[in-house]
Amino acid sequence: MGRELYRAIADGILGGGVYALMAVGLTLIFGVLDIINIAQGVLVVLAAYLSSVLSVHLHLDLFAGLLITIPAMFIAGVAIQWLFMRRLRGRERTSMSLLASYAVMIIIEGVLYLGFGPDYVALNAWYVTSTVRVFGFYLPYIYLFGFALAVLLVAGLYLALYRTKFGRSLRATMQDQVAARLIGIDVNRVAALAFGIGVAVTAVGGMVFGATNAFNPNSGYDLISRLLAIIILGGLGSIGGALAAAVFMTTVEAVVNIWSPTWSVVVFYAALVVVLTFRPAGLFGRRAVRAQ
Amino acid sequence: MSAPPAPPGARAGAAPRRPDAAWPALRWGLVAALLAFAAVFPLVFTSELVTQIAVDTLIFAGAAAAWNIFSGYSGYISLGHAVFFGAGAYTAAVAAQDWQISGAAEFLLMPVGAAVAALIAVPFGLVALRVRRHTFVVITIAVFFIFQLMAYNLSVTGGSVGINAPFLGWAPQTYNNPFYYLALIIAAGTTALSWLIRRSRFGLQLRAIRDDEDRARGLGVRAMRVKLAAFVISAVVMGLIGALWFFFIVQVLPQYGFNPLVDLSIALMAFLGGLGRVAGPVLGALLLEPGQQYLTLHYSNSYVSEIILGALFLLVILFLPRGILPFAEEQITAWRGRRADQGGRFSGTEPGGRPQQRAPAAGTPGGGAAR
Repeated sequence: MGRELYRAIADGILGGGVYALMAVGLTLIFGVLDIINIAQGVLVVLAAYLSSVLSVHLHLDLFAGLLITIPAMFIAGVAIQWLFMRRLRGRERTSMSLLASYAVMIIIEGVLYLGFGPDYVALNAWYVTSTVRVFGFYLPYIYLFGFALAVLLVAGLYLALYRTKFGRSLRATMQDQVAARLIGIDVNRVAALAFGIGVAVTAVGGMVFGATNAFNPNSGYDLISRLLAIIILGGLGSIGGALAAAVFMTTVEAVVNIWSPTWSVVVFYAALVVVLTFRPAGLFGRRAVRAQ
Repeated sequence: MSAPPAPPGARAGAAPRRPDAAWPALRWGLVAALLAFAAVFPLVFTSELVTQIAVDTLIFAGAAAAWNIFSGYSGYISLGHAVFFGAGAYTAAVAAQDWQISGAAEFLLMPVGAAVAALIAVPFGLVALRVRRHTFVVITIAVFFIFQLMAYNLSVTGGSVGINAPFLGWAPQTYNNPFYYLALIIAAGTTALSWLIRRSRFGLQLRAIRDDEDRARGLGVRAMRVKLAAFVISAVVMGLIGALWFFFIVQVLPQYGFNPLVDLSIALMAFLGGLGRVAGPVLGALLLEPGQQYLTLHYSNSYVSEIILGALFLLVILFLPRGILPFAEEQITAWRGRRADQGGRFSGTEPGGRPQQRAPAAGTPGGGAAR
């Protein structure tokens, strides 16, 4: 029992790193733009398919493929912001953005179905199949590599946000758009970049997700509902909150999974409902979220 | 505009009153004509394919109208109403199976489906309605996924195999007709209910919550009670419709009973027709559902129609965010204003009368009264 518990916790933490990365992108977009990008889940799946195409047809290593997929997903993010989100105005902007990105999600899902069909696909490489012994458990290398990459990128994002001029203007925009504009920040540019970065992280998320799970175009629903649960639990717009919530949720799920694999996913959402009953703004939420 | 010059006279006095006088007659005429047409529809168009599409359209019209009673009036956009739809469908399915009900008696199970939907709506609403706007939307999505997972995993739902409906030994030519009339009654009844609610104090409280919840609360609106009541009312209708849908489709599977596309479709219909308007969701359903069915048949590929549905939704949100009805009313008002201008010019009213005339006309249907 004890051994299984340790293993579940290790699984949860290692898996949580990747979810944290995807969720940080989502919460960053929300923080800057007041937009919840429902399409994030299907974008992860899109990135996984891109990785799969690169590795199958060009025989590119999955990690080397990221050099192509990260810029590609960045451009996709900027395009979504530029084409659709930028045009939303008015009081109901956030709700409308939910619906608009839901529509984007459905379109991408349909295109993926047309292109790849409903069959499940998995990414393959030596580090997906061979295992390594960690703390007495055997895990595929990809779990460690993926976790390390996620930690690296989240740390990089953190540094970019708190140690650079761009990060400062981005955080200023998160705090107060009007004031940021007044002191000379190009809010539109910051918004486009934030959306681009928020979506670019799905390239890494998609690759690691695709290497650890079999996926099909429908997998986006499951992903986005988890990511939403994570960012709401962490408090919308809070990057630290998203990190903590991602690790917490995946660990809870992995631990429940010991007893009942079918119900572990429900516990994931039930945890969200329970937390929100007592703290409507999430664990690290800003008060503004409630007041809006 | 500041100095009211020459008296506008009889003409200008009559012009602003006309919309109020002309609209009700036209509206009731339209409603009567539409109902009469709907009543004889299956007698005129006897093709099974056509009546099947008509039943689907009416099912969605009722669901969109029910969604609008809560989301349209209160401004809380729910993407979790498929929970009630699925609850109604599964309740009817399980009850028909366990109590071994067969034949036309199965329709008596529809209220049971509605009751279970209401029982789910109360705790769901008590948790979800504590948070606002986007957080609310996200919670409804999360609850929706909990229910879909439960449908897959609970033994009572038959898991991914689903449950089949009792067999109705009806003749295929007229098989769809009872479903058609039941769906028509539900759709018309829900629209009437929506109209009554909109005119009532309750509807006013809901719309006050939509406009500014804190201020409404300050004015004495018991926000939680009002929101929850609307949530439960729309859940009851969704439960009824879900049960009817199950008997019509003859089978329920987790991915169709709890279908995210149902959520999206009814929201899209309400947005397309006019969110928070009585006729909006019905208009949206009448336009969208036959179109979608046609596309699915035409391309024989649900993915293409999915892409088109998504693209259509994007276009509506970007270019017609308030929907067809408000947009059309604005156009009509503007046209009337122009016509009144011309009339004024030809009959030789003083130039000062012009802007004054336009102001009330533009404010009446599109502005205060109808919004």
